[in-house]
Amino acid sequence: MSILAALVVAWVFGVGVYGAIVSRNLIHLAICLSVSQSATYILLLTVGYRHGAGAPIFKGVPLGSPAVDPVVQALTLTDVVVGVTITALILALALDVHRESGSVDPDEIAELQG
Amino acid sequence: MSRRDARRVLGLPVCAALAAVLAAGILAGPRFGEFHGAYGRMLNAVAVPQRHATNVVTSIVFDVRGVDTMGEEFILFAAVVGVVLLLRDEREPAGSTRADDVRSDAIRMFGVVMVGPVLLVGLWLAAFGLVTPGGGFQGGIVIAAAIVLVYVSAGYRQWSRFGRERLLDPFEGLAAAAYVAVGLAALVAGEPFLRNLLGNGQTGTLVSGGSMSILNWAVAIEVAAANLVLYTEFLESYVVPHISER
Amino acid sequence: MLLLVAAAATAVALTMDPLRQVVVSSVYGLLLVILFVVLQAPDVALSMLVVSSVAYPLIVLIAISRTRRRRGGEG
Repeated sequence: MSILAALVVAWVFGVGVYGAIVSRNLIHLAICLSVSQSATYILLLTVGYRHGAGAPIFKGVPLGSPAVDPVVQALTLTDVVVGVTITALILALALDVHRESGSVDPDEIAELQG
Repeated sequence: MSRRDARRVLGLPVCAALAAVLAAGILAGPRFGEFHGAYGRMLNAVAVPQRHATNVVTSIVFDVRGVDTMGEEFILFAAVVGVVLLLRDEREPAGSTRADDVRSDAIRMFGVVMVGPVLLVGLWLAAFGLVTPGGGFQGGIVIAAAIVLVYVSAGYRQWSRFGRERLLDPFEGLAAAAYVAVGLAALVAGEPFLRNLLGNGQTGTLVSGGSMSILNWAVAIEVAAANLVLYTEFLESYVVPHISER
Repeated sequence: MLLLVAAAATAVALTMDPLRQVVVSSVYGLLLVILFVVLQAPDVALSMLVVSSVAYPLIVLIAISRTRRRRGGEG
């Protein structure tokens, strides 16, 4: 299980980067980057997971009952919300490029600039 | 060989190597399900007695890592400012008429029915963030989603009333400032920055957590306003030129 | 669950048309939500749920529609 979690995190990150490399569209590229970013969510949460533990919310369960690590969850929480804003910024940059060059294909844009 | 094929051939081994190194690095870390991070265990044990907030994640976000959350909030703020700067100059000159897009009745009906409940869920998530799962970040994006449903159901004209920057920008700025103000208030009182001044309140109630609940609402408003500014900028750049072409 | 997430991530990255990619990435987001619940992280699952079902599709769809329309107008 430990090996599987590590492999999945590495796979998700790698496939996101690969998608960005072969991308033919800047919007496609932005989504691929967000896939790479989602690898960090999986990594943090699988690192914090403990067998047989509940969520770190002590409402209705006695204090001291086993719970997963809350620190990594707090990190991931802000990561998710800030991540979507950053993706919006990347998309806005892509639209700006499109306005300047009339294309969202990285190859065409590179050719236009010589 | 075209440039695209070259990227594919060169990219594949690079990505495979990257993933392999990453996997090896992660495997050297703690085993899955057996992580015994000292901070996490300590906080699970002391957070509820010390902070009187039953959701430990929220009490980490707004208390233990309070300064860091302030940083996150300003990343949000800076990113939104960036989007606004990039998209705003494509705006149509003021005073032109804006027609509504025609939509299917089913979608319109769905929007009308859902606006209220979704808004309520958002407020509930934000309000009970210190007790049950939820908090300012989640509540804020749900509130923003509820207001987007106004656009879905009532069209751009009604939406633009909510989406006006004059209305949203002060909200966003003030919410970001409120977070800092709560921190500075502690400094003025002779305590460390962001120190909880208001006491802890009663465990499991809406006022538990002291100034954490203020920070919570500040973040909820900030996140909601930031997302709405984003949606407005994107929608405006889409709807307005679309209409002017007709 | 982890394998499903890995498969969905692959599908997202290898879907070349952005419009189809929006749908696939929403499915990927929902799988992540389920994974987060399994990993006992309801807070993160809640915010991922809204982000992947409302925020991402909305801004990406608008970005796509703008690039398509402009190109059609010029050509």
